[in-house]
Amino acid sequence: MNKIMSVFKRESVVIPFVAIIMGLLLGAVIMWIGGYDPMLAYESLISKIFGSSYDLGEALRTIVPLIMSGLAVAIAFRSGMFNIGVDGQIIMGSLGALIVGTQLSLPPFLHALFAIIFGALLGGVWGALVGYIKAKRGINEVITCIMFNFIALYLSHYIIRIFMPQAGTQRSEMIHDSASIQIGWLSELMGGARIHWGFLIAILAVVFYHIYLNKTKWGYELRAVGLNPHAAKYAGMKVPNVMVRTMFISGMFGGLVGTFEVLGVFKYIAINSVTSGLGFDGIAVSLLGGNTAIGVLLSATLIGALTYGSQGMSFGAEVPGEIIRMVIGFIIFFVAAPGIVKLFFRPFQKKSKKKV
Amino acid sequence: MEIISNLLNGTLVFSTALIFAALGGLISERAGVINIGLEGFMISGAFFSAITTYYAETAGFGAFSPWLGLVGAFVFTAIFSSIHAIASIKFKANQVVSGVVINILAASSTFFLVKMIFDGSAETPLLTMVFHKVTVPYLSDIPLIGNVFFNTYPTTYIAIVLVIVLFFVLFKTSSGLRLRAVGEHPSAADTVGIKVNRTRYIAVILSGSIAALGGATIVLTSNSNFAFNTISGQGYIALAAVIFGKWHPVGAMLAALFFGLAQAVKDQLQIFDFAASIPNEFFYMLPYVLTLFVLIGAVGKARAPKALGEPYEVGKR
Repeated sequence: MNKIMSVFKRESVVIPFVAIIMGLLLGAVIMWIGGYDPMLAYESLISKIFGSSYDLGEALRTIVPLIMSGLAVAIAFRSGMFNIGVDGQIIMGSLGALIVGTQLSLPPFLHALFAIIFGALLGGVWGALVGYIKAKRGINEVITCIMFNFIALYLSHYIIRIFMPQAGTQRSEMIHDSASIQIGWLSELMGGARIHWGFLIAILAVVFYHIYLNKTKWGYELRAVGLNPHAAKYAGMKVPNVMVRTMFISGMFGGLVGTFEVLGVFKYIAINSVTSGLGFDGIAVSLLGGNTAIGVLLSATLIGALTYGSQGMSFGAEVPGEIIRMVIGFIIFFVAAPGIVKLFFRPFQKKSKKKV
Repeated sequence: MEIISNLLNGTLVFSTALIFAALGGLISERAGVINIGLEGFMISGAFFSAITTYYAETAGFGAFSPWLGLVGAFVFTAIFSSIHAIASIKFKANQVVSGVVINILAASSTFFLVKMIFDGSAETPLLTMVFHKVTVPYLSDIPLIGNVFFNTYPTTYIAIVLVIVLFFVLFKTSSGLRLRAVGEHPSAADTVGIKVNRTRYIAVILSGSIAALGGATIVLTSNSNFAFNTISGQGYIALAAVIFGKWHPVGAMLAALFFGLAQAVKDQLQIFDFAASIPNEFFYMLPYVLTLFVLIGAVGKARAPKALGEPYEVGKR
């Protein structure tokens, strides 16, 4: 019992918790200043998430890609790299899934499996390239990632437009039903919410992330490189190999985001001039979750639920849903600068500190 | 000849916003504070320039309005960038995290405000008073150079002057030396009496304001209003230009010009007949592919300021 209680007193738990409350409060103050009703707004946010089984399912669907892109950013962070290129890896993943889903004819289970694997591999290769360029040429991964995002965007447009166009529209043709990973019976049960097997894979990915990072030799090397690459090199670790390997896994996580979106949700790719932004949301998720497996899972759940719920705010309380993006920003800000949170704590802590 | 001169003219126009943002990023990073938030500061600058110009127009400032827009972008973003400064200097937050938060806050709050101010509309009204190209008499008649340098927007002139000023300040004055010292070896700088954190505050706040001018440039020259997609990734490209240009003002400008050139090449090439046989997407890809090749082939390692990303702690060596 004491052990459980001590978990709740730990800084790593208290600070995010207080940060979330402070973020929501700050959001309320801004709404109040803007002349809106914050209580009504948060009420309609919550009722949007829990309003019906359909909403609950769709909220879940919003959370799944955030878990994956959060993991993608987190694993790179732990090795000391900043993967700002998850957006590009998502695009390559969705492209891989789309190619297999539209161009091949396979029996149902096999088709989906093959599409997932190909999508993940394509995303992984796209990530590994960034790692390779950094390892071999010492070029900052931020700049390579940014270039790779744009190249992936236009490359995918080209391939879709030439090989898989849907006549007269700005999107690709649909994948075959045999490649779909939607869970038909559950979806029907939940009023048509687009629930898919990606949910299960995301949970497995969280477990994989934890075990890989903490229980394997490769994970140990990864963390060592992240803490001090010079020391890791001195200890005989092959730092370039670790970089490429890590970016491959990171890219696979990113690729799976795109794979799920194509195979489980949309079934096609729309030709947009901008990327989905899910990769950048992954940065927020991993930062809020402190780059740990359980942290990423929890923060993806929070950010995903808030994001989905915010759609109800403009309808229920006429508040622009963007306020929730601001709240998410505040929360990450407070987590990143715990000094601010402690500042608010100080008046309550005076008594206990007197003796020290 | 005309094609080349149009190409170079387009290059300068495309590059201006990037030059501002890259210079902004460079100031902060030279002082040791990472600035991933360039995109957010450009969004903030675009928003505040649009709002300021809009109200200046209605208040009857006429052709003076876009100038006020520039000032508005600069001043208001200074307030906004002090968030990044306080978080990363006083509260020693992870600077990458703080920059990401800046991007999130800028995108969401400007869109929130636009909806609030303009009754749910997703963009500001079109501005009537924006910058127009200035054609310098006589000088613009010089072959090639005339069209390139003397037939362009006032913001382009400001950007170029700023590059020269920044180069001079950074490398020829004592305050520039102090700024660089703070980014390279803060404890040594402290020992000789340089106020490390104060220098960093100034650098980060200036950084945001100058990047904001880049956002303002896009609104006040090419777009004429502000919408959620007015700034879509230019801040990240400017970030690349800072690294590409090796944290040097002239280098950053050249990198920005390179991106602008690739953009302009894309636009100019599409005029030709043979271009019809090349897919559009390849033209769009061109700037980014070129950059990668140049980086991998020629430039090699760039060395960042030594203390980049490290909060300054007194007594630490």
